[in-house]
Amino acid sequence: MTYLEVSGLTVRTAGDRTLVRDVSFALDRGDRLGLIGASGAGKTLIALSILGLLPRGLRAEGRIRLDGTDVLGAPERRLNRLRGRAVTAVFQESLAALDPLMRLGAQVAQPLRHRQGLRGKALRAAVVAALESVRLADPERMARAYPHEVSGGQRQRVAIAMALACEPALLIADEPTSSLDTTVQAEVLGLLDRLIGRTGAGLLFIGHDLAVVAGVARRLLVLDAGQAVESGPVAGVLSAPAHPRTQELVGTARRLRGALERMSP
Amino acid sequence: MTPVLETRAITVRYRRGPDVLTDVSVTVPEGHGLAVVGESGAGKTTLTRILLGLLRPLSGAVLLDGAAIDGRLSALRRAVQPVFQDCYSSLDPRQRVDRIVAEPLRSLGLVTGPDRRAELARRVAEALSCVGLPEDAARRYPHEFSGGQRQRIAIARAIAGGHRVLIADEPFSALDAVTTARLVDLLSGLRERRGLTVILVTHDLAVAAALCARTAVLERGRIVEHGETAAVLGRPRHPHTRKLVASVPRLPS
Repeated sequence: MTYLEVSGLTVRTAGDRTLVRDVSFALDRGDRLGLIGASGAGKTLIALSILGLLPRGLRAEGRIRLDGTDVLGAPERRLNRLRGRAVTAVFQESLAALDPLMRLGAQVAQPLRHRQGLRGKALRAAVVAALESVRLADPERMARAYPHEVSGGQRQRVAIAMALACEPALLIADEPTSSLDTTVQAEVLGLLDRLIGRTGAGLLFIGHDLAVVAGVARRLLVLDAGQAVESGPVAGVLSAPAHPRTQELVGTARRLRGALERMSP
Repeated sequence: MTPVLETRAITVRYRRGPDVLTDVSVTVPEGHGLAVVGESGAGKTTLTRILLGLLRPLSGAVLLDGAAIDGRLSALRRAVQPVFQDCYSSLDPRQRVDRIVAEPLRSLGLVTGPDRRAELARRVAEALSCVGLPEDAARRYPHEFSGGQRQRIAIARAIAGGHRVLIADEPFSALDAVTTARLVDLLSGLRERRGLTVILVTHDLAVAAALCARTAVLERGRIVEHGETAAVLGRPRHPHTRKLVASVPRLPS
């Protein structure tokens, strides 16, 4: 059975405006699917639907099966058991995702305590190991720091450490590097790639920068105005984009990157 | 040819903190673009504040058309206009677009005479059409526009007064790739058609390469490389520039 199955997902506002229309895809352990599209295409709403975290006033229809559980309409208690074990997420703005009043170590410790029941010495060791796994120098000092005391790249590493601490079967990464410098972005993407490869988790990677998404994902699903317009293996979509919106995405990426590449001897 | 803007060995410090810029010299020839690239905290935004006259260097000189800007701030204001990063906060939500775009014209007193209102409306309409916005945009409010369109409004405001230099600080960082490419096209069109000089602060080297003939690379407040973009980004000599070029995500070919 496929680990995550989204079929006919539609998201509407209370005023009956359709934001996501009839989107279907499947994702298994070890798979890496990239959701790509412009701002407002519905990428984040799909992620939030899977997590059962759609904001009030939006409702999802269709079916989302995650590890054998129907997510849509499931009670909060049920969803809570899925989050952390079956699925976790990293978002763009790690400053908003982390509690500003809590030391980073204590935040990483939370999922480890709840999901794995670790306490005391074992918990402290697991926190340090989690921070080491995202290649943070001096993890003990990092564990004592507050979010505002570290850089954006370090915060995003902590967020990834938290998300992967309990070895979820599926990681959703929603524009995880969009607010980082390209140098830091390259490091964080490399890290994500290694960690996902090591744990064998499935990855749903969301972004608008084709070069970034194509570098991490193996398959692409192109969204336009809430609808899936094209999907397939990365190489196929890049070499022969069929839908006009995909052609625009690929053409834009090639043209912008091309300006830089033509300069290299 | 005298550069339109130039800094000569400027050093900048906030309060008693460390140097934010050290010995920074850049030249901006008229009609050419200058890209200022570097990581967060390298001093890019501080350099734009110096060029906008919002901050004074501790030492060194800032020149407009070859003459020091001290005491010539009004000349600087008539030559240089900013476009900011966050198009969601840089436009006053309570003002209609025509009023926003006309703001520099009013505050600098660029339009006078009995037909002032008609002339303002004409200039606003021209600026909006230049940036590819429909005529009726003038009567609407910022919240009615997408991020890319808002950045077009900000660009219209910057060019409505016939300013020669536009300083844009990470103008695309909140926008998606397709929208970014459209705005890059808009700015290069304005450069070609109106001879607009664009100073672009960016961490995206692809955008720098597409838009600016010259590039300056900042690292921790110092210029590590400065010259023709094709040379600086095509054959980077400094290790920091090499690292920046290597980190640009590339499409599998």
